[in-house]
Formats: sequence, C-alpha cells, structure tokens
Amino acid sequence: MADSHVALDVEIPSDVRYIDSVVELATRKCRELRLPAQKCTLNVRVALAEAISNAILRGNGDAHNKHVRVRAVVSDDAVVFDVVDEGPGFDLAADRPDPTSPENLEHEDGRGLFLMRSLMDNVERFQADGNVVRLTLRR
Amino acid sequence: MSFAISKQGEVVVVDVEGQLIVGNRQELKQKVLDELEKGEKKFLIDFSQTGYIDSSGLGVLVSLSKKIREQGGELRLANLNDDLQTLFELTKLDTLFQISDTRERALESF
Repeated sequence: MADSHVALDVEIPSDVRYIDSVVELATRKCRELRLPAQKCTLNVRVALAEAISNAILRGNGDAHNKHVRVRAVVSDDAVVFDVVDEGPGFDLAADRPDPTSPENLEHEDGRGLFLMRSLMDNVERFQADGNVVRLTLRR
Repeated sequence: MSFAISKQGEVVVVDVEGQLIVGNRQELKQKVLDELEKGEKKFLIDFSQTGYIDSSGLGVLVSLSKKIREQGGELRLANLNDDLQTLFELTKLDTLFQISDTRERALESF
C-alpha cells in the first residue's frame, strides 16, 4: 500500500457558517499537494462543501451543540476526505431522482449527492465513531 | 461573501462576491425578491467575483428564475468562470438559464 499521511484534521461546530473556512483550508492543502487546479477549485471545494453541509443539516439536524470532523489523508495516488457527523447516517444506495432529467431540472433541491458523485472518484458511507461520508479523489 | 446590488438602466445587477452556498443563499434570495416586489422585472446576476457555488446556491438560482418568470420578468447570468461553467454543464442548468460571457452581452440580451 502507498505511503499516506494526514494532511488535514479539524473539528468544527455544527454550523453552516464554518463550512467555507474548512473548504478553503482543504483547497489550500490541495494546491500544496500540486493537484490539478480544477480538482482543487471545483471538485474538492464543491464536493466537500456538500458533504459538510449534509453533515451539519441532516446528520446533526442543524444542532449547534454538535460537531463535524473533517479529515484528509493523502497518499501517492489519492486524497481521501472523511466527513464525520453525530447522526445515524443515511442510505447512500437509495434511489434518488436524477436532478439532470428535464422533469427535475427546476427542482430547488436534490443536487447535493449528485454533485459529490460527479466530482469525486468514489463516495462511501459507513459508521466508525460517527457517521462517516468518505470522498475519494484520485490525484 | 456578499451581494452588491446596482441598477444599469432597467436592469437590476447583482454581483456575487465570494461564495454562493448554504450559509448565504437566503440573503441573495431575499435581496432579489425585495427588488421583484418593488416592481423590478429584469435581473442580471454577475459571477465574475464568485469562487464556487454549492447545490443549495444552484437551488436558489433555480427558485429565483421561476419566481421572476412567474412575475413576467427575466433573469440572465453572466461571467461564469471555467469551474462554474463546468458545474452548470454537469447539472444541465446551462440549459435552463440564459448565460452570457460578459456583463455587457447579458445587458444587451434583454
């Protein structure tokens, strides 16, 4: 297995006002790791913002006394982000409407998971000291 | 992160400075709805100073587009950078909105 190291490990209060600062920190780390520019400014920013937003609003039910942990582990071939909340988790495999189909295009909601999947190489969810959404981006 | 509103002729121009995400989307929505309530009909949202947009930001744009249309108005978008253009293409929202390369072209399109 390739060598890996923790590039980022932060815990924030469960409050949407903290999302941007974590996303910008992760974007800076990506640049330091010399990932392609668009992977830093689009893929990481948007997918991570979605995962943290889901963790705060759905996982933790927007309860400000709860917390969200964001961790990034870097190896030679990938960056893996874990976003951990205190909720029971959700079914990643559940059928969801395609937000890009013409009948759903004007729906306000329903693009979050779609964007995570479109912008990352892999999206997983599991329980490990909390509900973990794992985003994997190959370098 | 802020939204600057100005008027160019009959068009209400909104500059999105920073991010359009879950934490500030309501502010944008309210500012545009306030202008709509005052009777404004033509809206241009300029993204030349925008970093990124998340799904809730995209959702607000979709919602505003519907509300403006329902009031007989028009919404145009301008100055999407490469990342934002990719985002609109991924979500197929580039087919829903009228998007111009520059503010000038967007203003001319009304």
